[in-house]
Amino acid sequence: MGLLEAIIISVIAASTPLLLAAAGELVVERSGVLNLGTEGMMIMGAACGFAGAYFTGSTLVGALCGIAAGAALSLVFAALTLGLAVNQVAAGLALTILGIGLSGLIGAGFVGEKITPAPHLYLPVLTGIPFIGKILFGQDGFVYFSVALVVAIWWFLYRTRAGLILRAVGDSHTSAHALGYPVLKIRLLAVLFGGGCAGLGGAFLPLAYTPFFIPGMTAGRGWIALALVVFSSWLPGRLAAGAYLFGAVTILQLHAQAFGLGIPSQLMTALPYLATVIVLVLISRARGSAGSVAPASLGVVFVPDR
Amino acid sequence: MNAVPVSNPSARAPLLQAIGITKHYGTFLANDSIDLDLFAGEIHALLGENGAGKSTLVKSMYGLIQPSAGELRWMGEKLELTGPSDARAKGIAMVFQHFSLFDNLTVAENVALGLDGVESFGAMSARLAQVSRDYGLPLDPNREVWRLSVGERQRIEIVRALMQNPKLLILDEPTAVLTPQEADQLFTVLFRLKSEGRALLYISHKLDEVKRLCDTATILRGGKKISTCDPRQETAASLARMMVGAEIGEVKATSARATTVPRLLINDLSLEPDDPHGVYLKGISVEVKGGEILGIAGVAGNGQDELFSALSGERLAPREDNVIIDGHAAGHRSVTDRRKLGAAFVPEERLGHGTAPRMKLSENALLTGHAASHMVHRGFVDKPKTLETVDRTTKTFDVRKAKRDPEAVSLSGGNLQKFIVGREILREPGVLIVSQPTWGVDAGAAAVIRQALLDLSGRGSAVLVISQDLDELAEIADRIAVMFHGHLSAPMAAADSTREKLGLLMGGASPAEALAGVAKEASHAVGA
Amino acid sequence: MQLVLERRAERSTKIAILSPLLAIAFTLATMSLLFAILGKNPIMALYVYFIEPLTDSFTLMEIAVKATPLVMIAIGLSLCYLANVWNIGAEGQFIMGAVCGSYLAVVTNGTDAGPWVLPVMLVMGALGGALWAMIPAICKVRYGANEILTSLMLVYVADLIMDYLVRGPWRDPQGMNFPTTASFDPVATVPTLFETGRIHWGALVALIVVALATVMLGRTIKGFEIRVVGAAPRAARFAGFNSKRLVIFTFAVSGALAGLAGIIEVAGPVGVLQPGISPGYGFTAIIVAFLGRLNPVGILIAGLFLALTFIGGEGAQISMKIPLDLTKVFQGILLFYVLACDSLILYRIRLIASPKKASQGNVHGTA
Repeated sequence: MGLLEAIIISVIAASTPLLLAAAGELVVERSGVLNLGTEGMMIMGAACGFAGAYFTGSTLVGALCGIAAGAALSLVFAALTLGLAVNQVAAGLALTILGIGLSGLIGAGFVGEKITPAPHLYLPVLTGIPFIGKILFGQDGFVYFSVALVVAIWWFLYRTRAGLILRAVGDSHTSAHALGYPVLKIRLLAVLFGGGCAGLGGAFLPLAYTPFFIPGMTAGRGWIALALVVFSSWLPGRLAAGAYLFGAVTILQLHAQAFGLGIPSQLMTALPYLATVIVLVLISRARGSAGSVAPASLGVVFVPDR
Repeated sequence: MNAVPVSNPSARAPLLQAIGITKHYGTFLANDSIDLDLFAGEIHALLGENGAGKSTLVKSMYGLIQPSAGELRWMGEKLELTGPSDARAKGIAMVFQHFSLFDNLTVAENVALGLDGVESFGAMSARLAQVSRDYGLPLDPNREVWRLSVGERQRIEIVRALMQNPKLLILDEPTAVLTPQEADQLFTVLFRLKSEGRALLYISHKLDEVKRLCDTATILRGGKKISTCDPRQETAASLARMMVGAEIGEVKATSARATTVPRLLINDLSLEPDDPHGVYLKGISVEVKGGEILGIAGVAGNGQDELFSALSGERLAPREDNVIIDGHAAGHRSVTDRRKLGAAFVPEERLGHGTAPRMKLSENALLTGHAASHMVHRGFVDKPKTLETVDRTTKTFDVRKAKRDPEAVSLSGGNLQKFIVGREILREPGVLIVSQPTWGVDAGAAAVIRQALLDLSGRGSAVLVISQDLDELAEIADRIAVMFHGHLSAPMAAADSTREKLGLLMGGASPAEALAGVAKEASHAVGA
Repeated sequence: MQLVLERRAERSTKIAILSPLLAIAFTLATMSLLFAILGKNPIMALYVYFIEPLTDSFTLMEIAVKATPLVMIAIGLSLCYLANVWNIGAEGQFIMGAVCGSYLAVVTNGTDAGPWVLPVMLVMGALGGALWAMIPAICKVRYGANEILTSLMLVYVADLIMDYLVRGPWRDPQGMNFPTTASFDPVATVPTLFETGRIHWGALVALIVVALATVMLGRTIKGFEIRVVGAAPRAARFAGFNSKRLVIFTFAVSGALAGLAGIIEVAGPVGVLQPGISPGYGFTAIIVAFLGRLNPVGILIAGLFLALTFIGGEGAQISMKIPLDLTKVFQGILLFYVLACDSLILYRIRLIASPKKASQGNVHGTA
């Protein structure tokens, strides 16, 4: 296997959790809700996903456990922000803090344990094609699912009536309510979907990326996923491009470290975080004159009085 | 489009009947046992002041809220609406006062969202094109709403309602945002709908319109039905008396109002908007003398907000001499510095702009008073002084409130507006700039505020009033200019400015065209 | 039947006082349940967590030691949050304050530098924190970059910078390859208040910060400006307040306070710069700020309470084998309940009868 092929495969692997979590958050934000708890939902997905796979030996069960954990945590967020009209920023932070604590509690027993990593697709002949064979036909299920998810989200948002309604709710909850759309119910579904996606993205880490669980193993990926949504201008296609770009940054710094270029390893490790800051600055600056493209009701509390 | 069969007028069976509709909000009674009959082929006016309960009543009819008591009957049968889609299914459509549109979606998408999605998007688009052609309401289905003028936005609402082929169309203050000419076009459409046998419920507080348009009028006051009458048999004064419940004292200008030197000068002010949906101000020049009230008319969204920000200093002008306050070039000065020069400002939006809603009145006195009212000493706030301002404003302007220093949000619209205007007038500003001074305010408070503005100018101040309400401007302004697309027309004496002339300017005609247009219309009228 | 929120005409003062207590009560109930699930006696566990530390003068002092950085950071954060500025990178500002102040301690280590060292370290620490906080602040006001994400990303970066320094240039040559600097000299150390215990002068600094913040928020025009910009941005602009300048101001103050807390922590109870100087003070301080209702005195009380949970959590780990992560769970749950109860200050929950599943109501603002 050539070096370039290996790099591309590892870039895809590093990008997948970001893409899964960010795709879910994109739908949430399109409905007008800002859930900053992605990191907490991801790490819960990682802990519960590992637990599920550990007890059953099944990656699929692990993935479902991860989805369930992320969705369950997002339900708490929904109860607060949609049910009790709590500030979404504060509730998102609380979700992250709670998720990190709970995952530590759940995962403590699994530290040091190993599971069989998720199987990779193998098609006779096709997978054997030099270079592109393994890239296109040799990935694990998460990778294919994440790509399908982004396409499905695009199709949903721009080709279905339900997607139109979701975008409308994110643009003006007041108008949507006046026309009789159940704003809070739509947002609840979006938040649950986002939670499930974040949980799945987190579960990918122990189930496919490294076959074990470490507390705090998401290492800020939830926050990077949030930055990706901003970067994408809330467009699914750009989101995928951004996720792979970030995966590339992560992998390239690992390879650079391996080469030992005399650069402190800490600086290389800091690269994805610094890149996030720089990208946020550049994208915000580029947009400066055009104004914000965020959904107009993003983060605004909605109370259908009485 | 199929016309609804005209019901036999002799039968006079109501299409929609409201019986004893009552709606409580906590202890507040918004609707108190209201009866109302709507007939096919009839335009029925719902009249009342702000807060009389008109919006609450129609929201019940559109399924947006559930009445606490009473019932609706649709063609004689009991009607239970669990939501707007139920209402739409029956044939009830509504055009909202505050548009229920989505700025970042296209016209077609907005229309689709107002229908119930039984037809394909393509079929819907085709029907949209047909309906808008049929009724002479042109729309580009692929434009995003934020690019459209207020009048075009309303057109979307109306077309969307018509596409439901409604038996009953409810319109909530549809002309508040239109020029007189646009309103005339709307009336043509409404008459046609009436002739097609539809019932129309027309909410308004403009009495001349109601007299012209409506067959029946129901007047609400304080949540109760006062009467149902034939508006053509009433005078504007008698209708007003029923709406307000008392005679409204006429505002009077102080007799000796001599204009003096210009105290506010705007010189060739051009300004880019700071948000992508804003309006570009183009070369605005005008002066306001001491002792004078200058009115600025125009349809909302033609640059009035941008002009207000540039005058208040919330946005700085490109050149220092674009804005001159009492002889001082102030284009680059901050809001605070402009206040120190003796200027005062009252923005359109009471909650969130003129006041911080969840802060006490004393803190809201500090909001504009910290600049030039000795409320702050070496960075420390003089709390007794802020309270004293609240007390003085309360007394002078009769602000009604539950306690001495409540939160701004707890006051009614009229009382809060009196507080905001009073807060500025008590500082005796040399220049006052006020936007929509009586928007959504009850008639009593409106009279107090207009009188206060007249009195202030009588004491030698320059007052600039931005208003959409032509009657208000006619009542208090000495000269009137019109804003359109970021341009300001040359002011004309209020005495010379007819509704027609102003209306043409508001629609974008040049002053010469406006004069010619009026002449043409006049000859047309003679010819007809 | 259906639960709906109904806006109150005015904020309820009674609930404003009751809300944190209510939140704590709910949290304790939830915790009891968790203890039971973990197979521990809830009464016993609650005692170890919340009462036992109060019965001993040593642990009482430890509570003050832990509360010191929490309160200082949370005061700074409360200014940001009041102004609707979301600095969540206090952990990074804390670390950079510790790093910048430690620089002087490291270079003067083993020399006969005089008592000027500590005061200069404190100033450098505060500056370090403030400068680190300037990065997200400037990114926000100049370019409009979201400060939540940038300030948080910089936490990871600050952590890595410290890691690099204590493993590389600043490592103690006599430290047997442990990633730590040499122990600070006495002139670079914050003195303790009493002969015994670790409580130090930093605790008094925290109290002074609380007093200053109380005066600023309650009595000065600056405090008013902070509150208006947060509560009603457009009204604030109309009042002539510059929200961009305020973003810089609040970030600078909160960064400086976090940095000061950082250098006091390493120059006080810890005594060296090493990884793990903070058990997440910068994040726990967010909870402290909200639990204290963004009010300085409230923050003082909340800081002491959360410090108690750190100490109690350690005690429970030792005596009852309760995982330390439970403390974080506790903090997360507490924050949830605090936010939920705070909602009752502005809204009232009503049970209404609705025979039909209807979209109830009326969009607020238009009656």
